[in-house]
Amino acid sequence: MSDQKSTIAYVRSEILEQQPAPRGQVGASKWVRENLFSGWFNTILTLVSLYLVFNLLQALVPWAFGGVWTADSLQDCRTILNERYGNTHHACWAVINERWNQIVYGTFFPSSEYWRTHVAFVLLILAILPVLFDALPRKMMWITVAYPFVMVWLIWGGSLWGPLSVAVGFGIAYFAASVAARYLGSGLIALVSVVAALVWWMILGPIVVSALNDTVPLLALREIQSRELGGFVISVIIGVSGIALSLPLGIILALGRQSDLPLVKMICVGFIEFLRGVPLITLLFTASLLLNYFLPPDTEFDLTLRVIVMVTLFSSAYMAEVIRGGLAALPKGQYEAADALGLDYWKAQRLVIMPQALKISIPGIVNTFIGLFKDTTLVFFIGIFDMLAAAQAIRANSAWNGITWELYIFIGLIFWVCCFSMSRYSQWLERKLRTDHR
Amino acid sequence: MTTLTDIPQSQGFRLSQLIYDTRYRSITIQVIVFIAFMLVGWILVRNVTINLANLGKEIDFTFLRNPSNYDIQQTLIEYDSTSSNFRAAMVGLLNTLLVAFLGCILATLVGVTAGVLRLSKNWLVAKIMTVYVETFRNIPVVIWIIATMAVLSETLPQPSAFRGETPSASMWLWDTVAVTNRGTYIPMPVWGAGSVFVIVTFLLSLLAIWSFGKWAQRRFEATGQILPTAWIKLAIFIAPTLLVYMALGAPITFDSPALKGFNFQGGIQLSNSMIALWLALSIYTGAFIAEIVRAGILAVSKGQTEAAFALGLRPSRTMNLVILPQALRVIIPPLISQFLNLTKNSSLALAVGYQDLRATLGGTTMNNTGRELECMLLMMLIYLIVSLIISSGMNVYNKSMKLKER
Repeated sequence: MSDQKSTIAYVRSEILEQQPAPRGQVGASKWVRENLFSGWFNTILTLVSLYLVFNLLQALVPWAFGGVWTADSLQDCRTILNERYGNTHHACWAVINERWNQIVYGTFFPSSEYWRTHVAFVLLILAILPVLFDALPRKMMWITVAYPFVMVWLIWGGSLWGPLSVAVGFGIAYFAASVAARYLGSGLIALVSVVAALVWWMILGPIVVSALNDTVPLLALREIQSRELGGFVISVIIGVSGIALSLPLGIILALGRQSDLPLVKMICVGFIEFLRGVPLITLLFTASLLLNYFLPPDTEFDLTLRVIVMVTLFSSAYMAEVIRGGLAALPKGQYEAADALGLDYWKAQRLVIMPQALKISIPGIVNTFIGLFKDTTLVFFIGIFDMLAAAQAIRANSAWNGITWELYIFIGLIFWVCCFSMSRYSQWLERKLRTDHR
Repeated sequence: MTTLTDIPQSQGFRLSQLIYDTRYRSITIQVIVFIAFMLVGWILVRNVTINLANLGKEIDFTFLRNPSNYDIQQTLIEYDSTSSNFRAAMVGLLNTLLVAFLGCILATLVGVTAGVLRLSKNWLVAKIMTVYVETFRNIPVVIWIIATMAVLSETLPQPSAFRGETPSASMWLWDTVAVTNRGTYIPMPVWGAGSVFVIVTFLLSLLAIWSFGKWAQRRFEATGQILPTAWIKLAIFIAPTLLVYMALGAPITFDSPALKGFNFQGGIQLSNSMIALWLALSIYTGAFIAEIVRAGILAVSKGQTEAAFALGLRPSRTMNLVILPQALRVIIPPLISQFLNLTKNSSLALAVGYQDLRATLGGTTMNNTGRELECMLLMMLIYLIVSLIISSGMNVYNKSMKLKER
C-alpha cells in the first residue's frame, strides 16, 4: 500500500512525518490545565488557594528559618534579632536548644542518669522492629520479650533482681502449665499456672529478691522515683505501656462481648460502655484523687502506674469496639468451618478467627493507638511533668517569659512525627496483608 | 439429636462433668465469674467504707443543696454565688452542652467542606485539605486548644484599641460585634411587647416549610412535576416572619455592645476561653469528620454514578438522589461517634479555664466541699448519661436506615 503512489490529484502522494502532540496535550501544561484550571470554578479555587498559601508561607518561612538558635534568654534572643534584622518578627528557637533537657527528660530527672533513657530508647526501637517487620530475624523477638523487664530496671533503677523475679514468675507459670498438662484436663491448667505464678509473685519472690539484694545487688542502678520522670520520656513510657497492654485487654473484652455466656457478656458490655461514656480526664482525676479510697488502707500506689492503668483501660474499651467490628465483619462461614474442623473455642479463635478479624481491624487498632499516644498529654492536668508541663514551666520562668509559639510548635511536631509514622505504617501493613486480588 | 458430647444417662452425674461436659461448663464458668465479680465488688466497697471511716467522712450528697459561694463567668441560667452547688453543676453542664452543640455544628461544616474538597479534581485544593487533615489529626487536641487560646489573647486588639479619634481596631458587621482579647461581644436581642407573635410566626413558617416539602414530594411522585422548592421554601422562611415583625412595629430590638470606660458594655460577652475551646475542638474534630465524609463518598461504587447518568439524571440530582442517600448510611454512625468524642473532649476546657461541668462540679465545688468521691461519681454519671443519650440516638438512626432485606 505505502509504496503505491496515488494518481488522484487531491490525495497526498507521500506520507507525512509523525508530528508531536499539540503542546496543550502533553507534559506540564496539560497537567496544569487539567488539574488546576479545568473550568471557571476550579480556576477561582486555584487562585484563591495560591493566594492563601503564598501569604501563609510568606509569613511563616522567614519567621521559622530566620530564627535564632543560640541565646540564653528571650531578652538576649530579641537583642540578637534586633541587631540582625532590626525587628523581632523571627522565631527564638534558642529556647528549645537551651531547655532541651527539660523538654525531653523533665525537670527533675538527674542529668547523670540521662544515658539510661538513651539506652532504653535504643532498646525500645530494637524491641519494636521485629514486631513491625516480619522480614527481620525472629530471634530478635527475644529482645522484645526481655524489654519490659529491662526497661523497668533502666528507668526506675534499683538492682536487676526485682524485674528478674517478675520474669521468673512468668517462667514458673509456663512450667506449671506444662507439668499440669500431663496430669490434668484443659480447664484446670490455667488455674494451676496462675496460682503458681501468684504464689511466687506475692509470697516467695519478694523474700528471695530482698535476700539477694542484701547479699549481691546485681547491677544496681541509682533509684529514680516516678515523680522525677518527665518530658518526652514519660509520654513514651505511658504511651508504649498503654499500647502494649491495651491490645490484649481489648481482644479479651471483645471476645467477652461476643460471648454466649450472658453474665460474661453483661459484665464486658457494662465495662466497655462505662469507659467509653466518660472523658479520659475524669478517669485520670479518679486515678489521682479517688483510687486511694478503693485500695486497702495505707497502700502506696505509684501515680505513673495508676495513670498507665487508667489509660490502658480507657483505650482497651475503644480497642474492644474496633475488634468487635472486625469480628462482626467476618462471614459466619469462617466460624462454622472452624467448628466443622473440630477446633475448640480457643483454637478456633487463635488459628481462624483472630488472624482475619485483626487484619480487618488494623486501621481502627492503629487509630486507637494514635489516640492513646495523643491522650498522654492529658497527664499534664494531674501533675505529671510531661512536655506540656515543661512548656508551662519554661514560660513561667523569668528568662523565657513571653515565649509561646516555638515551644508548642516543637511539642506538636514531636507528636506529629510519632503519630504520622504510625498511620503510615498501618497503611503499609494493610497493603502488605491484602490477600484479595483486586 | 445426639452429639458426641452427650453422656450416656446410665452413668449418672459426676463432678468432673462440671468442667468437661459442654452442657454444664457454661454454668460453671458463669458461677465462677459471678463469684469473682461479687468478691471484687465487695472488696472495693469494703475498702471505701474503711477509708471513709478513717477519714471521718461518709457518703453524703446534701452538700448539693448548700450555697456554692463562688461565681461563674458565663451562666445560661440564673445563678449567683448564693445559689446551690447543684445549680452550679447545672450551669456547668449547660456550658458543656453549649460548647459541644456549637462545636458539633462548626465541626460538621468544616469537616464536610474539607472532605468534599479533598476529593476535588483540583490538585492544589486537594493537597491543601490533605495537609489540613494530617496536621490536625496527628497533634493532640490539648495543644490545639492552648494554641488557639494563645492566638486569641495575643493577636486580638485590647478594648482600649477601639477608643479615640483614630482607633487602631474597629468593630465588625456595622459596629455591632466587637472582637477583643477579653472576649467577643455580640448584640443581645431585647424582647419587646408582641415579640411572642414574631416567634410563633417563625415556628409556624418552619412547620409550613416542612409540610410543603412533604406535599411537593407527593406531588412529584404522583405527577412527575418538579417545583422550584428551594426558592419557595426560602420565601416561606423569610416573608411571614418579616411581615409580622414589620406589622407589629419591630418589637425585637438589639442591644449592641458599646465601649464604656475600660471595657465594652451591653450585648452578650462570649469569653475567649469559650471561643478558643469551640474553635479548637471544631477544627480538630473537623479533620476526623473530613476523613469520614471522604470515606463515605468513596464507599459508593462508581457504577451507581454511571447508572444514574445512564438514566439521564443531571449531576446535581445524581448527587442528591443516588450518591448522598447511600453515602450518608456510611457517614452518619462514625459522625455521631465523633460528636460524642467532641462532647467528651470539651472537658479539656480545663486547659483554658472555661467553666464547664468539670470546672464547677468536679473543680470548685469539689475543692470547696472536699467531697471528691461524691463529686467525681456524680460527674461521671452525668457524662455517662449524656453519652448514652447521644449513642441511643445513633442506634435509633441506624435502625431506621438499615437496609430492609426481604
